[in-house]
Amino acid sequence: MTDTPTPQGIPAPEGVSDLIDTDYEIGQDNIESKIGMFGFDIHNPVFLVSALSIIAFVFYSLALPEQAGTAFSWLFDTVTKKFDWFFIASGNIFVLFCLMLIVTPLGSVRLGGVDAKPDYSYIGWFAMLFAAGMGIGLMFYGVSEPMSHFSSSMGGVTSEAGARTDWAPLGGAVGNEVEAVRLGMAATIFHWGLHPWAIYAVVALALALFSYNKGLPLTIRSAFYPILGERIWGWPGHFIDILAVFATLFGLATSLGFGATQANAGLNELFGIPVSSTTEVVLITGITAIALISVLRGLDGGVKLLSEINMGLAALLLIFVLLVGPTVLILTGFVDSLGAYLQYLPQLANPVGREDVNFSQGWTSFYWAWWISWSPFVGMFIARVSRGRTVREFLVCVLLIPSLVCVLWMSVFGGTAIHQVVVDGYTGAQNADLELQLFKMLDQLPLASITSFIGIVLVIVFFVTSSDSGSLVIDTITAGGKVDAPVPQRVFWCIFEGAVAIVLLLSVGGLQSLQSMVISTGLPFTIVLLLMCWAIFKGLLAERRA
Amino acid sequence: MFQRIMVPVDLAHEKRLEKSLGLAADLARQYGATVIYVAISAATPGSVAHTPGEFADKLSRFATDQGKAHNIATESHAVTSHDPSIDLDPALLKAVNEIKADLVVMASHVPNITDYLWPSNGGTVASHAPVSVMVVR
Repeated sequence: MTDTPTPQGIPAPEGVSDLIDTDYEIGQDNIESKIGMFGFDIHNPVFLVSALSIIAFVFYSLALPEQAGTAFSWLFDTVTKKFDWFFIASGNIFVLFCLMLIVTPLGSVRLGGVDAKPDYSYIGWFAMLFAAGMGIGLMFYGVSEPMSHFSSSMGGVTSEAGARTDWAPLGGAVGNEVEAVRLGMAATIFHWGLHPWAIYAVVALALALFSYNKGLPLTIRSAFYPILGERIWGWPGHFIDILAVFATLFGLATSLGFGATQANAGLNELFGIPVSSTTEVVLITGITAIALISVLRGLDGGVKLLSEINMGLAALLLIFVLLVGPTVLILTGFVDSLGAYLQYLPQLANPVGREDVNFSQGWTSFYWAWWISWSPFVGMFIARVSRGRTVREFLVCVLLIPSLVCVLWMSVFGGTAIHQVVVDGYTGAQNADLELQLFKMLDQLPLASITSFIGIVLVIVFFVTSSDSGSLVIDTITAGGKVDAPVPQRVFWCIFEGAVAIVLLLSVGGLQSLQSMVISTGLPFTIVLLLMCWAIFKGLLAERRA
Repeated sequence: MFQRIMVPVDLAHEKRLEKSLGLAADLARQYGATVIYVAISAATPGSVAHTPGEFADKLSRFATDQGKAHNIATESHAVTSHDPSIDLDPALLKAVNEIKADLVVMASHVPNITDYLWPSNGGTVASHAPVSVMVVR
C-alpha cells in the first residue's frame, strides 16, 4: 500500500466492536504475480504446500494401493472405534454450548458490529447454508437411514462371546414394529439434527466473529488468535489452514467420486444408462463444468441462485411425497418422532459404557467424525454469508431450523418408506442398494418418472453447489483470507477437485481409502473445535464489554 | 462539458493508477468538474481495511489527499460487494448511476487473449455504461 501512512489495526468499525490489535497486514505473506496471462494472488506457503501434499497423497494411493488402503483403513478404524467416546462427548458439548449462547446475553452480539446489516435475506441465506450443510446427504440417507435402523431394531439383539454383533441402536425393539419405527427415527434424527448443525455452527461462528468483529482474515487460523496469539501468522497457523484445505478438497473429491457412482445407479434405474466408469467420468466432468460456470457467475449469480432453485425443488418433492404418501401418518409420525428423539436422546448421546458398539461406533462415531471433517468447509461458507446477524439469530437459524427441517425430511421420506414395508408389505426400497432406496420408494407413488427425475436433478445440483462453494472456500484459505483474489484461482481449485475425483475413481479402492483418511482428520479437528468454543466464549465476552 | 468524473480505484494497487489519476485531475481542472473516486470491497477484512467502515474512511482520505495534490474538488464513494472479484463490473456500472457521473476515467491493461474469456473491467464498463468512458492503457 502506498497511500497515506495510517496506523494499521486501529480502524473505524461499524459501531461499537472490539477489533484485535495486530501488526499483521492481510495479504502480507501473499505472492502476487502473473503466470503467462493469468494473474494470481496466493498465500505463501499455504497454497503450494496444500496443492503439493494433495498431489503426493493421490500418487501414494495410486502407486501403493494396497499399502495405502491398509494404512488408511487402520487409521479410520482406530479413530472411530477407539475415540468414539471422545466424538460423542464433544458432540454433546457443542450442542450445549450453542444452546447456552442462545439463552444468555452473549447471544445479542451482532456479527459485523452493532450497526451491521445482514448481507442476505432469510430465504437466500437459509438456502445456501442448507445446500452447503447437508443437502446431498438428505437425498441419499432420507430413506435409507430410517429404514436401516428400523430393520436392525426389528432384528433385535444378537451377541457372540459377550459382544454385540447386531447393528441395532440401544437395545433394539425385537418384533415390536411401533417401537422399532420410533427408535429408528430417533436414531436418524440424532445423527442429522442438533449435533451436526452444532458442529457447523461452532466453526462458522468462530470464523464470522474473528473476521467480522475482530478484523482478522477469513481463514481457519484466525479463530485461534485468543489461544496462539501472534503465532497464528507463522507455522502453527499455516498448518491449521493446510489441514483445512486438505480435508475440504479430499472430502469434496471423494464425495464427488461416490456421488457420481450413485447418480449413475439412479440414471441406470431410470433410463437404463449403463453403469460404467466412462459414464461416471462423464458425470464428474459435467458436474465440474456446471460448477465452473457457477464459479464464474460469483457468489450471488452462482451458488446463491442454484441453492435457491434447489431448495424450491426439494420443497416441491417433499410436499409431493407428503400429499400422495400416507399424509396423516407422516404428520403424526413427525410429532411422534420428535417425542421419540427427546425420549431416547440421553441414551443415544451417552458417550460411555455403550453396549450397542456397532451402532455407536459404526454409525454415531463415524457420522461425528464425518461432520467434523466437513466443518472447516461448511463452517467457512456459512461464515461468509452470515454477516449482519446476531449470534442468537445465527444459532437459531443454523442450529434449530435446519434440525427441524431434517426431522421433517426424514419423517416424510423415511416414514413413507417404512409405511410401505409395514402396511403394504412392499420391500423394494428396504432390499435395494443404498443409492437406489429413494428411487424405489418414489416408484411406489404416482408420477414416479417425474419425481425420480427431480431426485436426480437435485443430487446433481447439490453436487454443483458443493463443488462451487468448496472452490470458493479453498481459494479464500489459500489466498490468506482475501476474498478478492483473481478468479482463475477458483477455476484452478474447481478443476483440480474434479481431476482428483476422476483419478481416484479410476484407481482401485482409491476413493474408499482416501475417504477413510479424510474422516480420520475429524479427530484433530475435534480438538480444534473444542478450542474454538473457548475462543468464541472469550471473544463474545470481550465484545459485550466493548 | 463534464461535471462529475468517476474514477474507479483499487487502493491495494495504487501505483498502477498513476496515469488515470493524473488524467482525471487534468480533465477536472479543465472543465471545473468534481472527481469521485469509487472503490469496491468485500465485507470481510482485506489487505486495505478490516471493516467496510474503515474502507470507506480510507477512500475518503485518499480523495482528500488527491484533491489537495491536484487542487481539484473530490468526493469518494465506497461500495461493499459480496464477491468483489466477480461483481466488480456490475457494481461499477451501478455506481455510475448512483453518483450521477457523466464521465468515467479508468485504468485498464492492454487487452490480450484472456480478454476473450475474462474481458477487462475497463472494456466491460465501456461497453455498458450510459456515459462516456475513457479507458487509460
